Amino acid sequence: MIEFKLPSLGADMDEGKLLEWKVKPGEKVKRGDLVAVVETPKAAVDIEIWQDGVVHELITQLGTTIPVGTVMARLLAPGETAPPPGAAPAAPVPLAPVAPVVPVSVPAAPPASVPAAPPPAGLGRHLVSPAARKHARELGVDVEKLQGSGPHGAVTVEDVEQAKKGAPKPAPAPAEPPAAAPAAAPAATPPADKALAMRKAIAAAMSRSKREIPHYYLSQTIPMQRAMDWLTARNEKRPVTERLLMGALQLKAVALALKDFPDFNGFWKENAFQPAQGIHVGVAISLRQGGLIAPAIHGVAELSLDELMKAFADLVRRARAGSLRSSEMSDPTITVTNLGDQGVDEVFAIIYPPQVAIVGFGRLAPRPWAADGMIGAVPAVVASLAADHRASDGHRGARFLAAIAARLQQPETL
Amino acid sequence: MDAEGIRKVVLDELRRIAPELEEIEPSKLLRDQVDLDSMDWLNFLVALHERLKVEIPEADYQKLATLDQVVAYLSAKAK
Repeated sequence: MIEFKLPSLGADMDEGKLLEWKVKPGEKVKRGDLVAVVETPKAAVDIEIWQDGVVHELITQLGTTIPVGTVMARLLAPGETAPPPGAAPAAPVPLAPVAPVVPVSVPAAPPASVPAAPPPAGLGRHLVSPAARKHARELGVDVEKLQGSGPHGAVTVEDVEQAKKGAPKPAPAPAEPPAAAPAAAPAATPPADKALAMRKAIAAAMSRSKREIPHYYLSQTIPMQRAMDWLTARNEKRPVTERLLMGALQLKAVALALKDFPDFNGFWKENAFQPAQGIHVGVAISLRQGGLIAPAIHGVAELSLDELMKAFADLVRRARAGSLRSSEMSDPTITVTNLGDQGVDEVFAIIYPPQVAIVGFGRLAPRPWAADGMIGAVPAVVASLAADHRASDGHRGARFLAAIAARLQQPETL
Repeated sequence: MDAEGIRKVVLDELRRIAPELEEIEPSKLLRDQVDLDSMDWLNFLVALHERLKVEIPEADYQKLATLDQVVAYLSAKAK
């Protein structure tokens, strides 16, 4: 029997409220499937499962707030049969056993390592704003059936109201409501409470960081003429839907530099640095309603710039629509923050624990630059590194930053 | 589509990206009135491209500083 537990949702999230089960007992699930939606102050998180199996029993009730690590459901491993009734506390499960029964091989414990990158989310994803989800619940509208009119097809509060207006009047309530009446559906947390909770989560993570992590800071000005020329030439031939942003080049440069400097890619845990397996770059994304979130793009070093740009745009879109995946919340192995659009010259960032480094980029703008004994104006950006001095030293940090700078000056290698 | 229709589309798309947006001064810099980062800007242009079927080369970004300029640019292109 596989125990499905609420996975980590990032260092600053220690609990979540179950909004929805996406599976039923008896249903087959594959590694990477979405099985539940859990609300956190930062987003409605789609919880993924990392093992194949058949759902045996759903334990967590809708609307319950549970800590990370809670067993939410039990699953039968492939080939496993349901235990006789009474053996488990479960209600009898209408279950189609899988093929003829082979001797049960006990599944190995799930690897503790970071799960493999799930495929980039399809554009056909059903986005629902948290407010719309809540409103739909109040009105008894099924959001999954609605065509969204919001950004990228997201279902908005207006869509829900429209659907309610258009929908035939609900039948008069039966004298005895059926057991599965929507009254049991959990109410999402009101936005004001959410904003407060998000502030608290950020406060906790950042306080912990500043309390525990001895940061050191380095910065380097990087001339960007070549990168800009390269990007301009590349975008010139492309329709607006296929254009790259400089931010994508920066993410790729950081990821490639990390291949040579793995000591900045991982976690400080139990008084030691634990290098991460993949390079999953967390992207700091500010939210319009306030606050920020830094979910991961998986396997950045292996993505082409086009793939990376798609993943980047998709991540920002979903983060702002309030819908992310559990692996995106828990997997970042380093964070990149870009405040250049806001006009700052340089970022002095705070590490997101238990990560050990964060790379910041400021504004890309013309700056005086000396070359060949002459001073000219060249477009440049200040890249900065805040790193955990327990895990690395300034000398290594300087070389890591120099490697990022070198990559950005050879855009054709990205 | 006439200029008024285009203006409506532009405002519509701006509000999708920045729902908190209230009034827009049509002749003032968009950047000073709407909190748009480069990703927002790109998404805004993609949306306009898809709805109005116009190509907006990157070299033309500088012609799109105010709401009036955006509407004028798109009106000329959509003809």
